[in-house]
Amino acid sequence: MAVNHIKVSQQELERLRQTGGAGTRNKKGMLDLLGKIGFVLLVLLILFYTLFPFYWAIVSSITPYAELVSNRWFLWPQSATWDNYSKVFADDRFMRALLNSFVISTGVVILSLVFGTLTAYAMARLHFRGRTFFFYTILSMTMFPGIAIIGSLFQMMRRFHAYDTLWGLMIVYLSFALPFTVWVLANFFRAMPAELEQAALVDGATQMMALRQVLLPLAVPGMVTTGLLAFIEAWSEFLYARTFTISTNAKTVQVAISEFTGNSQYEQPYGVKMAAAVVVTIPLIVGVMLVQKRIIAGMTAGAVKG
Amino acid sequence: MATNTTTAAPRKVSKFSAPPTKAGRSIERLGWVLILPTVLVVLGIAIYPLVESFRLSFTNYRSSRPDRWRYVGFDNYRDLFSDEVFHKALWNTIIFTVTSVAAETILGMIVALTIHSAFKGRGVVRTSMLVPWAIPTVVSSMLWGWMLNDSYGIVNKTLVGMGFDRFHKFSWVGDPGTALMSIVAVDVWKTTPFMALLLLAGLQVIPDDVYEASRVDGASKWQQFWQITLPLLKPALLVALVFRTLAAFRVFDIIFVMNSYNTSTISVSVYAHRELMNNQRIGYGSAIAVVIFLCIAFLVVLYTRMIKVEET
Repeated sequence: MAVNHIKVSQQELERLRQTGGAGTRNKKGMLDLLGKIGFVLLVLLILFYTLFPFYWAIVSSITPYAELVSNRWFLWPQSATWDNYSKVFADDRFMRALLNSFVISTGVVILSLVFGTLTAYAMARLHFRGRTFFFYTILSMTMFPGIAIIGSLFQMMRRFHAYDTLWGLMIVYLSFALPFTVWVLANFFRAMPAELEQAALVDGATQMMALRQVLLPLAVPGMVTTGLLAFIEAWSEFLYARTFTISTNAKTVQVAISEFTGNSQYEQPYGVKMAAAVVVTIPLIVGVMLVQKRIIAGMTAGAVKG
Repeated sequence: MATNTTTAAPRKVSKFSAPPTKAGRSIERLGWVLILPTVLVVLGIAIYPLVESFRLSFTNYRSSRPDRWRYVGFDNYRDLFSDEVFHKALWNTIIFTVTSVAAETILGMIVALTIHSAFKGRGVVRTSMLVPWAIPTVVSSMLWGWMLNDSYGIVNKTLVGMGFDRFHKFSWVGDPGTALMSIVAVDVWKTTPFMALLLLAGLQVIPDDVYEASRVDGASKWQQFWQITLPLLKPALLVALVFRTLAAFRVFDIIFVMNSYNTSTISVSVYAHRELMNNQRIGYGSAIAVVIFLCIAFLVVLYTRMIKVEET
């Protein structure tokens, strides 16, 4: 999944929303008919390119096996079937993997939001020595290559009996989710005017009260977006999951799905695989669609000079 | 950790700091308490294992015989120099990184410019961008693996249907000539949307009057692109490029899911994983991992120089 280094500045986003969009280039008169047709074709081509693979997964998942491996070229099955989905949901190992992934991802989101908010507040609002150093460490952590530490992490996890456990994987996932959350939320807090909690401090509130009662309510939208992004990262993670789990105890859905094989080596269960792929992906797509404006703003704000 | 930070030192005065006072000290202490969990996570799950990886890379440790190991100095690194699989992995990784990042950038630019022009339904196109981005990499690899399936894949069916008989049962991932490029295609599909949305955000902050002024001066659209859009887009473009380069260089999921440890498409990360986990050569694998880390670290330094992180 793409890295999202986000520098959220609310004014910036607001400006983006207003200046983007229509009215940017109203030179329609200059476009001749040919150009218009070409443009429409380009748009259709882009839509086809981005959407077809997932569309094809859905179609394959509801196509009967015999038709899937026939020579017929089709874009929609002659007779749709839910069989493949029944098989997916009847597969205990897969269902367990779904549950494992859900538990791990939710745990990661909760832990990184709790710790991340506190740390982000300190980074944005409190002055202490070592903050600059820590700030840069956090930034570089968000780009840390997991492969560099799996060998030694493997040894550590064995020593602490964390290998092949849900909690073990959850803690390992914090290594990318927490720095990411801190980074995003710190920038979020920074964008908030300092006067907000200064008023509370003057009235005798402590720093923590100011955080809880003034900043936190305002940060909820940012926390929701960050939480969702962290969930997506954790849900989609593969390298650690593949390396640190071995049994159904802790195997995540990404590992389970990559190992999905049929009973016979001659009959690859393409349709069932695609059904499983759709099941794993739908929650993410729904989540992303629900908060898509914020997600786009969030994932792109980092690149805009702010 | 909170206690040894209480001695005051001269420092930048910010809104909430009053250095030598009691209040300033308590704020400093609070700051340390609040960052403690994150510090512990970073130290325990990143810094310490990283140091361990460096240490292990100087040993001949194997997980199959954990009791018998010794330090071997730079032997592992020396072996890497003459290891042909490592050369292959490095070369594959470079090819993968360069081609996929280049293709993503060009396609992303085309998509961004398209969405940026005002037309009915641009919201739909922008939303559709989120679909490949949201799909987990493992799943994207499976979708493409299925589309590129030699016997029943839609790609071969279509090509054969169009009369290209040589694609009958053609194995895109199995054929060494197309294997790496098939994998690049999946990565490009998966990450072009991210690139496009980053560039789109960059496009949207370019003020309209710049274009207006150049239009009045008689500049063509083509000239506008090269002389206004591209230079003004440079910051966004650079950041996007480096992000993508970093991610592409450590590619693991796509290659592992589509072609396992196969040498034809092996990347440095996949090779490190093979040595560490499959062959249980922790020492040697760690040396590969360290080399990957150093390459990434170099790129990160480059990156942090480019986006100036403003310390309040």
